[in-house]
Amino acid sequence: MYHPWIPNSSRISEMLRETGYSSIEELYSDIPAGARFKGDWDSLPIGAGRPLSEAEVALVMEDKLSRVRVYRDPPPFMGGGAWPRLVPAVIEEVVRRGEFLTAYTPYQAEINQGLMQALFEYQSLMAELLEMEVVNSSMYDWSTALAEAMLMALRVSRGSKRVLLPETMNPLHRRVVETYLSPHGAQILEYPVDMETGQPVMEAVEDLSRSGLAALYAEQPSFTGVVVEDLEALGEIAHRHGGLFVVGVEPISASVLKPPGRVGADVAVGEGQPLGIGLNYGGPYLGIFAVRWDLRLVRQMPGRIIGLTRDSEGRRAYAMILQTREQHIRRERATSNITTNEALMAIAAAAYMALLGGEGLRRVAEVSWYNSHYAAKRLSEVPGVRSPLFASEFISDFTVRLPVGARRVREMLRDRGVLFGIPLEDSFKWSTRGDVLLAVTEAHSKRHIDYMVEQVSEVIGEVGGV
Amino acid sequence: MAEYRQAAWEEPLILEYRARGPGYVVSGPDEDIARRVGEYRLPRSRAYRESAPRIPALSEPELIRHYTRLSQMSYGVDSGPVPLGSCTMKYNPRIALRYSYDQRVRALHPLQDDETVQGLLEVMHELQEWLKNILGMDACSLHPAAGAHGELAGVLMIRKYHELRGSTGKDEIIVPDSAHGTNPASAAMAGFRVIEVPTGSDGNIDWDSFKAAVGERTAGLMITNPSTLGLFEERILDIAREIHGVDGLLYYDGANLNGILGHARPGDMGFDIAHVNLHKTFSSPHGGGGPGAGPVCVRDRPVSGGARLPDLLPGPVVVREGRRYKLKWPGEKSVGLLRAFQANTLVLVWAYVYMLSLGARGLRLAGEVSVLNTNYFARKLLSLSKGGYSMPYGESRPRKHEVVISCERLREETGITAEDVAKALLDSGLHAPTIYFPLIVREALMFEFTESEPKEVIDAYIERLLEIEETARRDPEKLRKAPTRTSRSRIDTVTANHPRTVTPTWRVERLRKEGVLGPLR
Repeated sequence: MYHPWIPNSSRISEMLRETGYSSIEELYSDIPAGARFKGDWDSLPIGAGRPLSEAEVALVMEDKLSRVRVYRDPPPFMGGGAWPRLVPAVIEEVVRRGEFLTAYTPYQAEINQGLMQALFEYQSLMAELLEMEVVNSSMYDWSTALAEAMLMALRVSRGSKRVLLPETMNPLHRRVVETYLSPHGAQILEYPVDMETGQPVMEAVEDLSRSGLAALYAEQPSFTGVVVEDLEALGEIAHRHGGLFVVGVEPISASVLKPPGRVGADVAVGEGQPLGIGLNYGGPYLGIFAVRWDLRLVRQMPGRIIGLTRDSEGRRAYAMILQTREQHIRRERATSNITTNEALMAIAAAAYMALLGGEGLRRVAEVSWYNSHYAAKRLSEVPGVRSPLFASEFISDFTVRLPVGARRVREMLRDRGVLFGIPLEDSFKWSTRGDVLLAVTEAHSKRHIDYMVEQVSEVIGEVGGV
Repeated sequence: MAEYRQAAWEEPLILEYRARGPGYVVSGPDEDIARRVGEYRLPRSRAYRESAPRIPALSEPELIRHYTRLSQMSYGVDSGPVPLGSCTMKYNPRIALRYSYDQRVRALHPLQDDETVQGLLEVMHELQEWLKNILGMDACSLHPAAGAHGELAGVLMIRKYHELRGSTGKDEIIVPDSAHGTNPASAAMAGFRVIEVPTGSDGNIDWDSFKAAVGERTAGLMITNPSTLGLFEERILDIAREIHGVDGLLYYDGANLNGILGHARPGDMGFDIAHVNLHKTFSSPHGGGGPGAGPVCVRDRPVSGGARLPDLLPGPVVVREGRRYKLKWPGEKSVGLLRAFQANTLVLVWAYVYMLSLGARGLRLAGEVSVLNTNYFARKLLSLSKGGYSMPYGESRPRKHEVVISCERLREETGITAEDVAKALLDSGLHAPTIYFPLIVREALMFEFTESEPKEVIDAYIERLLEIEETARRDPEKLRKAPTRTSRSRIDTVTANHPRTVTPTWRVERLRKEGVLGPLR
């Protein structure tokens, strides 16, 4: 049998002869009989059994993809850790370049300087956005970056095993943190927010921190969309009680909000997905991980870092640096087991930031602010709707309280072409059936928003709200 | 052999460009919206950022040229062979790119209702089924984002297994000394002590040391089979019996699955848990360091009180109910969520298209040709080498997906190291093998050609390695200067890591010049 992706498949016997083996079987002769597969491999249900031609594969894939519903007009009104945002066409071309797409981790630096520069640029642009000095070349996503930040805090603090998380944090991120911390005897505590404003209750944070901390975490903005007014105060509490201050950001918002480096963050984490990566039905995304210029932190941080250096002729060059933290050197004493990360997505994010520039990023945030405020205002005009729920600033995400069950509304809207927000009913102890988290960004037009609001209004009327 | 010459641009950093963009215009806000909403009130917030991030904007043509130049100074499977051992750098077929980067996949929100993504869930469900058949396992989760993430899932499951059974004191994981570094690192992340066992001269685990390591504290074993020496562990059934004898679980690191594809399955050898790297065995491109995907699969065996091993799987699993598919989010017994959402879906679609294209027969063929390529290379090189290269451990045994060649004798004789050999290969436009791994082989050169490389490419490596052997004896200095034909010559890693000069970002370089930052301490 010959296959076009397997060039030597047409000369197996020739190569066996040259090698001195009598058959393919002989190459597997050291596998003991009891450990071999005994059935008929070729008839196992894998693919169609036989190889398919490209045209046959295309028919199957077209059939599968004809059975998904893409919400493009309007785009989803849903964020919660992955946001509908515009992806410039040129980014798609950058990440499809074969020399990037099909490269391995650049273990041979001299032949992969371009890839390494691209990753160094991602680290450098992200450092400017966050105003943090050291950025790694990516984690899997925001949640794992956060979980590893918590593990790092346990190592750095050495004493306390208490980590303090916001009550209103992303519930999926919270679950990932629980998974990662479960073997390490950490104690997870949560601090409350004011139900009017959604702002952290500082006295409560202080009280909870009194017996010492490994880490205190804040999202900016919070999962519920609230812009936290006084992150500095949280940072001071963290430091007063011996903990690391970990700040999680959505990067578009970070361009118009005080960056983690300005509010006392020791570690910044976040989700790079809004930076030209697409929704991708869950992944790949881009975990942002950054620390301050402090050896104690740098030595304990996870992940790969590309650094600037020179070659033997004195030309500017790039190398993988600080590798003694990593698994291939340090094995069980490594700071993390991560090796494959989301490098290609980091390049996409860098290209996006370079295309927009600092001012352009702020413009994306400002347009999102206008669109979300318009949506919030229009929704507040629907009888019985409280929009936004929290009396605080917000940028693209905001929480709304409907007079009827949000799940039901969402289901009915689906058939009207609207992918509505995330029902919060089971997420928080304060949330009601009507609470829903919406995201409105630069990807939404006035027509999109107007249509959504009309449909929401009709559906609420039908369900019999108020 | 054609002369190789890589582009060597002095391409400035994006941060050194003067802003002239933006290269992408975001319109708005809409006039009506602005009128209705009124003033932009964010600047009134205490949390407002007064100045824009110091990021210049490049115009679109400048941006694409920047990245084109950088790509010309990069090297992937599209550029030439990448025989990095244990990395399985196959050709990445473009029909798979077409569908994994299709807008009908890329525009789907992860929290979209299952009813709206039935076609994609069907793809994911079939992928789970196919992986079960390939691995001889009973249930799979596509959740982990990479191989190491799959390992973490696996060791957390081992932990949970013992927890649910009420077994205390099971705090050790046994790992062979030939293992990938991720194995001990993953075990440590799950809170285990790592017990390392040595490899015998035949390439199998040293039996006596292994027996001495197994005990009541043994929670499980992590092993890749074939090993990183490219050798099948001949006593795997005895190992499984011993581990199960103390109620430990066997974890299969799937990084080397290509070596047995079509001939043996972890589930049939006694493994309880296995992960597979879709970006290795199933051709998803590696992207210069990711994204990958590391699905984790298990045998169906009882745990305790009605709970079974599949209940412990992480993240959402795709289940079929009648003719509908749905994501089943992790329940009480599961080790939980390991990332926010379901999976690295684009990577899954890529692997699905690859597996669909090959089918069971084609996958077996892929595995067989990869093994043939390895042995063709090893036998031919060793028969022609003038003694500088050798193949330690189980010298008479056939290799599987990869082979570890040692150039220790060459180094003793000429001073030329594995690194020198690697750099000299680069000068021929041939990517180097993995070097200095596994740690148990001195001056290791670990080659894995996969099924993608034609005989001519393997012959070119042999020819070049023999030339290097000869040059090492005649003119070693010449080799120490390599590479000279890549975009940069040898990199100064001392400066790169020194506390006074270490530069992880351009911001550090700038602030250090401004006197704001001192040495890293």
